[in-house]
Amino acid sequence: MSRKQQIPRVASTGSADDTGCSILHVDMDAFFAGVELLDRPELAGTPVIIGAPGARGVVLSATYEARSFGVHSAMPMTRARRLCPHATIIPPSHGKYSEVSRGVMEIFHSITPQVEPIASDEAFLDVAGARRRLGSPAEIAALIRAQVAERHGITCSVGVASSKFVAKLASRQCKPDGLLVVPADGVVEFLHPLPVAALWGVGERTEQSLVRLGINTVGDLARVPVATLRRELGQASGTHLAALAWGRDERAVTPHVPDKSIGAEETFATDVDDPAVIRRELLRLSERVAARLRAAGHVGRTVSVKLRSSDFKTITRARTLREPTDVAKEIYVTACDLYASAGLDRVRLRLVGVRVENLRGAEAAVRQLTLGERETGWREAERAMDKAVRRFGPDAVRPASLVRPKFDGIDL
Amino acid sequence: MMFRVDRDVLAEAVAWTARSLPARPSVPVLAGMRLEVTDQQQLKLSGFDYEVSAEVTLELQTGEAGVVLVSGRLLAEITRALPAQPVDFVVDGAKAVVTCGSARFTLLTMPVEDYPSLPAMPPAAGHVGSDIFASAVSQVAVAAGKDDTLPMLTGVRMEIEADTVVLAATDRYRLAVRELKWQPGQPDFSAIAMIPGKTLADTAKSLTTGAQVEIALSSAGGTGEGMIGFSSGGRRTTTRLLDPEFPKYRSLLPTEFSARADMTTSAFVEAVKRVALVAERNTPVRLAFRGDEVVLEAGSGDEAQAVEVLPADFDGDEINIAFNHQFLLEGLGAIDSDVARLQFTTSTKPAILTGGKPVDDEVAPDYRYLIMPIRLSG
Repeated sequence: MSRKQQIPRVASTGSADDTGCSILHVDMDAFFAGVELLDRPELAGTPVIIGAPGARGVVLSATYEARSFGVHSAMPMTRARRLCPHATIIPPSHGKYSEVSRGVMEIFHSITPQVEPIASDEAFLDVAGARRRLGSPAEIAALIRAQVAERHGITCSVGVASSKFVAKLASRQCKPDGLLVVPADGVVEFLHPLPVAALWGVGERTEQSLVRLGINTVGDLARVPVATLRRELGQASGTHLAALAWGRDERAVTPHVPDKSIGAEETFATDVDDPAVIRRELLRLSERVAARLRAAGHVGRTVSVKLRSSDFKTITRARTLREPTDVAKEIYVTACDLYASAGLDRVRLRLVGVRVENLRGAEAAVRQLTLGERETGWREAERAMDKAVRRFGPDAVRPASLVRPKFDGIDL
Repeated sequence: MMFRVDRDVLAEAVAWTARSLPARPSVPVLAGMRLEVTDQQQLKLSGFDYEVSAEVTLELQTGEAGVVLVSGRLLAEITRALPAQPVDFVVDGAKAVVTCGSARFTLLTMPVEDYPSLPAMPPAAGHVGSDIFASAVSQVAVAAGKDDTLPMLTGVRMEIEADTVVLAATDRYRLAVRELKWQPGQPDFSAIAMIPGKTLADTAKSLTTGAQVEIALSSAGGTGEGMIGFSSGGRRTTTRLLDPEFPKYRSLLPTEFSARADMTTSAFVEAVKRVALVAERNTPVRLAFRGDEVVLEAGSGDEAQAVEVLPADFDGDEINIAFNHQFLLEGLGAIDSDVARLQFTTSTKPAILTGGKPVDDEVAPDYRYLIMPIRLSG
C-alpha cells in the first residue's frame, strides 16, 4: 500500500475520451480520517492519524497532511508518532465508518447493480448499462463524486478506464478528490511510465527481482519477452504481469463474490504465554467467526488457527471437519486442539487468529446425525444468542468465561 | 540352530507372523521375526510390536535347537518367492543361510537377546466356531470408527455372558450389534473387552484355518487383564485391549417402529450404487418409501441427479429418509441375507437394517445394523 501511494499525482481530468471506458474504480480519500473530520471540523487541514494510540496500535488511516510526513496506513503507531509528532491521534470508532460505508455503497447501487465492493471504502462499478440513463462514464463518475460529497461530506477519487486494473491505477493517480479518465487507446501511454510496483501482483519481493533485472517501469516490463518473465517470476505471475504491462485485464466486475473464508484475529496488547488466556481469546474469536458465518448464511468445513509468536514467526494449522459447521463451540474445540498440537505451549504469542474456510451455503448443507445426539444442542443455543444480540446489542449474551468483571481486584 | 521344512508350510507361517510386524518399528529389533527350534522338534515363529503378538508353531522332521532373529519383512518376501522344494535354514555365526533348491540367501541376524519376550496368553476362556466368529466380527467391525483421534470408537466391544457373546461397534453414525453362541470353559463365565477393531477383523479372518478359535480372556477382575488372546490351528495371537469405555448402546437401539420395508438385497445394493454415482462423499442418498415401492434419489439441482424406483414390500407410514450411501452400502454388505429389512420411526431417528424376514417377530435378530439418517435442510 505505502509504496504504491508514492506514485506521482497527475492533474485531474474528466474531459478525456471515455468511449468504451465503462469501468469505474471509486476510492474514498483517507476514509476513516475523512469521517472523523466530520465530527472534528476544526482539525481540517491539519495532520490527523486514526488508530489505536497504544504501543501495539497501527495506523488505520491518515489525512493527506499527515501523509506528507511519510505516515501511511498499516504503519506502527509508534513510528507514525515519531514521523509526525504534532498529529492529532483519534482512536477508531468502526460503527461510524460502516454507517458511512453503507451509505456510499447505496449511492453506487443507485447507479448500477454491477457493483463489486473490495473494501468498506472502495468498489468497482461497471456503468455500461447506465449510460443511456445517466450519461457518459466520466459524467457518471462526476455524479458519484458529487453525491458522496453532498450526502456524506467526504471526498473520493474515481478512476475511469476500460479495465478494472487500469481504473484502479487511475483512481490512485488522481488522489485525493480527483477524477481521471484513461482513454481506451491511451492505456499503454498511461501505464508505461509508471513504476513496476504500481502493478497488481508486484510486491516488495517481485519488485526487487524486477529492478535487479533493470526493469524499473511498466514500459520496461512490457518490452521483456514473456518467456523471460515466466522464467524469472514463475509461470503464473510471469504471464500475469506480461498481460498487465500491456493493460490486458479481462476480469469482469462481479457484483457478489462469495466469501471463501471468514476469520478474525487479535493482536494482544502485550505478548501472552498463558494457555488459559490464549484459549479464552480463541473462544472469543470463535464466537465472532461463528456469528459472522451464521449472519452470512454460511457453514464451513475447515477450521484454521494462526499463531504468531513474539519473534514474529507465524504458523497456521488447519483441520477439516467431517461436517460443515457454523457453531462457535465446534470451531472453538477444533481451534484449541490445533493450538495444543502446534507445540507452542508456553511460547509467548503476539497474535492469534481463527478462520473457517471451505464455505458453502447453510441452506444447502445437510447434516449427518449422530447416535444419541440431542434434538437441540449448541447450534440452537447459539442461534438464540444471535437473536438476543440483535435485539439487545452485542454484549447481551456471551460465554461466561468471556464476561469481564466490572471491577478488577476487589475482594468480596 | 538349523531346520528343514516344506516351502509352502514355511511361507504360510512366515506370512501370517509377518502381518503383525510394525511398518515403522519404534526400536529396530521389533522389525525382526524370532525363529526358535525347541528340543521337542517344534519351530516357533513370532512377531511383536508391543500391541499385538503373533506366534505360530510348526512340527519339524529335522531340527537342531536354537534361537535366531532376522528381518521379518525380508524373510516373508524370500519365502514367498522360493521354489516349491524343502527349505534348509542354518545359522552360521552372525549369519542365517536359507537354501531352497538352487537358491541360496544369506541374512544378517539381529541381537535376539534385545528382543522383548512375548506376553503370556491370558487363561483360556472357551471356544467358538472359526467361520461363524470371522463372519460375526466382520459384520460388526465395519461400523467401527477409523478415526484414531477417537480411540474409544475404533474398537469392537465384546460382551460375554455365559454362552452368549455380543459384539458391538459404532463410529457414532452407525452401530452394528451381533449376537452369537460359544462354548465357555466355565458355564457362568462373564467378561467385557474392547478390542482394536482392525486387529480383531484381521485376526478373525486369519484364524479360519482351524475349525475352532480358542478365546483367552480373563473374566472380570481376573489376572491377565488388558489383554485378549486367540488361538487356532497352531497359531496364537494376543492383542492389547482398549479402555472398556463404550456408549450405552442398548438404550439407543429402537424397538418400536412406524414403518418397515423389505427389499431384495442385491437389487437394492445395485440401485444404491447407481444413484450414488452422482453423490459426492458424505452427501446423502434419499429414499422415499410409499405404496409398494421405494424411490432412490441422489444429487442436487446444481449438480448431476439420479433417480431409480425399486419394488419394496412396504408397511407403515410413508417416509422420506436420507442416508450416507457408504454407510448404507456397508450395512447392506454386512447383513448376509437375500432380503434386506429397513425399519424406521421418523426421518431424523435411527433406522435399523437387518437381514431377511425374521422367523419370529418377537425375537430380536442376531445381527442389527443401526444407521443414523442425514438431516436434509428445510
